[in-house]
Amino acid sequence: MDTPKRVLVACGTGIATSTVVAKAIEEALKERGLNVMIRQCKISEVKSLAGDADLIITTTPAPKDLGVPVIQTIAFLTGIGKEEVIEEIVKALES
Amino acid sequence: MSETIAKLINQSCVLINCNYTKAEEVISAVGMKLFEEGYVRDTFVKAAIDREKQLPTGLPLGGGVNAAIPHTEIEHVIKPALGMATLKTPVAFQNMISPEEMVPVRLVFLLALEKPKAQVEMLQEIASILQNSVLVEELLNENTYEGIIQRLKQA
Repeated sequence: MDTPKRVLVACGTGIATSTVVAKAIEEALKERGLNVMIRQCKISEVKSLAGDADLIITTTPAPKDLGVPVIQTIAFLTGIGKEEVIEEIVKALES
Repeated sequence: MSETIAKLINQSCVLINCNYTKAEEVISAVGMKLFEEGYVRDTFVKAAIDREKQLPTGLPLGGGVNAAIPHTEIEHVIKPALGMATLKTPVAFQNMISPEEMVPVRLVFLLALEKPKAQVEMLQEIASILQNSVLVEELLNENTYEGIIQRLKQA
């Protein structure tokens, strides 16, 4: 039984766009049979929470030196490039 | 449109075909309506304007019309609500993911969110509206509240 990967989803306030993104990722990854635990937070909390994540997804610019892969995207809001980002996320989680 | 945008949108908080030149003017105009209707505190407008400057919400949608979804911390909200503005001429908002870029916006949703994750459906509905470029264009062509609600129901 594989341990779930931990995904941290961050946005400015931690309540609006991260909610949409978290839901969208949850559904997309479930469809692909990937076991993930998703946590939402504010962008200001990312640094302190990065240690407990395997992947970080943000809708706003984020620090890159966190030791964890970071994907910055608004694709789950605009729909533009959504499929490509999902593939990027899957790849990052499988590596 | 499921129940949730319908439940949260109030006619007096929908401003149609407005003329503004700056993002803060739009946020202020819609925000004042939300305040007058008792949805938000008197600190909401300033907080939303400040938030937009630090953490912008401009979203380029790839069609002819772009959107922005300004909002702020839950402490400024009394009851959840959705305000909206359609703009006659584009107003520049900074791009959410690349703040150094300006996005010419004609559709603004001002979100008054009261708790984390509580308005998930409304947010998902807004996302699916934004992802429907035909619908976004049609929304901008509506001149009445009734017309706008009809379009939102098609989402």
